[in-house]
Amino acid sequence: MNGDGSLERLRREGRIVVVGASLAGLRAAETLRDKGFAGSLTMIGDEPYEPYDRPPLSKQVLLGMAPADSTALPRRRAVDATWRLGVPATGLDMAARRVRLADGDEVPYDRLLIATGVRARPWPREAEAELDGVFVLRTREEGAALARRLADGPKRVFVIGAGFTGSEIASACRERGLSVTVAERGAAPLVGALGGVVGAVAADLQREHGVDLRCGVMVTSLEGDSSGRVRAAHLSDGSTVETDVVVVSLGATRNTEWLAGSGLGAGPRGIACDAGCRAFDIRGIVTDDIYVAGDVARSPHALFGYQFLSLEHWGNAVAQAEIAAHNMISESADRLPHMWVPAFWSSQFGVNIKSVGVPSLGTEIMVPQGTLASRRFIGVYGYQGRVIGAVAFDHARWLPFYQELVETTAPFPPPFPTVDRHPDGQRPMDADFPDPSVPTHGPTVTLSGYSPADRRMTFTPAH
Amino acid sequence: MVRLVVDLNRCQGYAQCAFLAPEVFVMHGEEGLLYNPEAEEAQREKLAQASAACPVQAILVDAMDAPAEAVSGER
Ligand SMILES: Cc1cc2nc3c(=O)[nH]c(=O)nc-3n(C[C@H](O)[C@H](O)[C@H](O)COP(=O)(O)OP(=O)(O)OC[C@H]3O[C@@H](n4cnc5c(N)ncnc54)[C@H](O)[C@@H]3O)c2cc1C
Ligand code: SF4
Repeated sequence: MNGDGSLERLRREGRIVVVGASLAGLRAAETLRDKGFAGSLTMIGDEPYEPYDRPPLSKQVLLGMAPADSTALPRRRAVDATWRLGVPATGLDMAARRVRLADGDEVPYDRLLIATGVRARPWPREAEAELDGVFVLRTREEGAALARRLADGPKRVFVIGAGFTGSEIASACRERGLSVTVAERGAAPLVGALGGVVGAVAADLQREHGVDLRCGVMVTSLEGDSSGRVRAAHLSDGSTVETDVVVVSLGATRNTEWLAGSGLGAGPRGIACDAGCRAFDIRGIVTDDIYVAGDVARSPHALFGYQFLSLEHWGNAVAQAEIAAHNMISESADRLPHMWVPAFWSSQFGVNIKSVGVPSLGTEIMVPQGTLASRRFIGVYGYQGRVIGAVAFDHARWLPFYQELVETTAPFPPPFPTVDRHPDGQRPMDADFPDPSVPTHGPTVTLSGYSPADRRMTFTPAH
Repeated sequence: MVRLVVDLNRCQGYAQCAFLAPEVFVMHGEEGLLYNPEAEEAQREKLAQASAACPVQAILVDAMDAPAEAVSGER
């Protein structure tokens, strides 16, 4: 690609294939066209739908405000692509530069973008997971099925896992007047993402809204009746909860199985790529024709000591897709790094929760604005003497200021006098994150170390 | 139908959209925003106003007339 005209040829008549036709895939395709890519573009997606948005599935859709099939993503522009929808990619031949499809077809590429995202982790006991009334929530179909069941007015909804998605589901159920029990293995809701100090606020919020919240317990089994409908959940503290709807919200699994044996650095923790979104192969050598974006990617971040981060964040999927698309058709000197500062939102129990940076890296927290008791506050997280993240509960307008502190690696505690003078804000306290080796339910940022190869992956040579 | 999405990382809850196109955008709680991701064609004009008025330009309205280019399952 160096001045011999091959990049020009790629931009004019090359073949770009995108696997995973969702948020990241679509935004990448639009960016490619925006930047003048005139060759052929093929979008491969295993879901039989055009790209749609997922965040409304646990909010507007469960509230009954919008049907699950109404969240198709608006287009920034036409992408003039060949769409292969409803067909999963099943393999990759890196040497021959071909993607294999489930229907036996092979699609050749000059550049490949992998944006296969994640899927909901199912309830681990298969027979119980198959009971009628047991749901997960990731796709449009899952959203439609759960919304339908909620509209039937179940006697009780039982949510396993109080991460962001589980908490939003519980919130929507309460808003619809349904009885809800939430079981969380950790000490509080959201504890993996925001720590115990903020988790305690989230717990109060749930209880105040009538959620029967049980923390520090595990669900040991689900029980069905003779007709195969779920009827109860059994917990590790010996209790039993009668329920007719169970929503399993135990986080996500990366969609990388189709790459097994391909030689790409793909495994259960995602696909490692460099700061320019180029995928690593299993030997830790960066490829020059395969790019990664969105939830399936793990990429090193300059602000966080170049650790590989996996971000299950809407904004990350968009930003990383744009960078990957730009880099796919650029000379190496013109490539850009993916330096997006992690940011996330959630709305639950009437509270607008937003975070920037990586709170879960923090060891200390301080509340410079608002109060925990009022549930309107800013929490700032510190790590090794610097500001590493911040969270806002109904205080979103102030967050950009704290984002700048993260971006500029400002010292922690922050040097300015706390804006509101009250005891919470005076001094940092232990942010109270659980032992990272004990998994909580679905943190949305996963730190995955410095190794580009996934060590838990078994290396199966292709030949 | 008009497809839309709000970048809620950007949204600051200023509520201009809810004021200009109340059939599509509603505030939920003190500063949360809920919106209908698929608005009626009749809302197009109001939507354009709302998205232009949003102080942080968080609202993306479909750039193309629906239905967009053919999306088929063709193999
Ligand atoms: C219920 C819910 C609520 C959410 N709420 C928020 C929120 O409030 N804030 C926020 O920041 N984020 C939220 N998210 C996360 C956000 O939706 C994701 O970060 C985003 O969808 C990531 O986009 P992606 O394109 O990387 O992956 P995905 O959207 O997961 O898309 C990947 C696509 O690839 C397809 N695919 C997988 N394997 C193959 C294969 N082998 N061949 C072909 N296609 C394949 C998948 O079926 C899927 O269509 C939420 C997610 C869910 C599910
Ligand atoms: S006008 Fe913009 S910032 Fe204000 S609520 Fe609407 S989307 Fe959010």
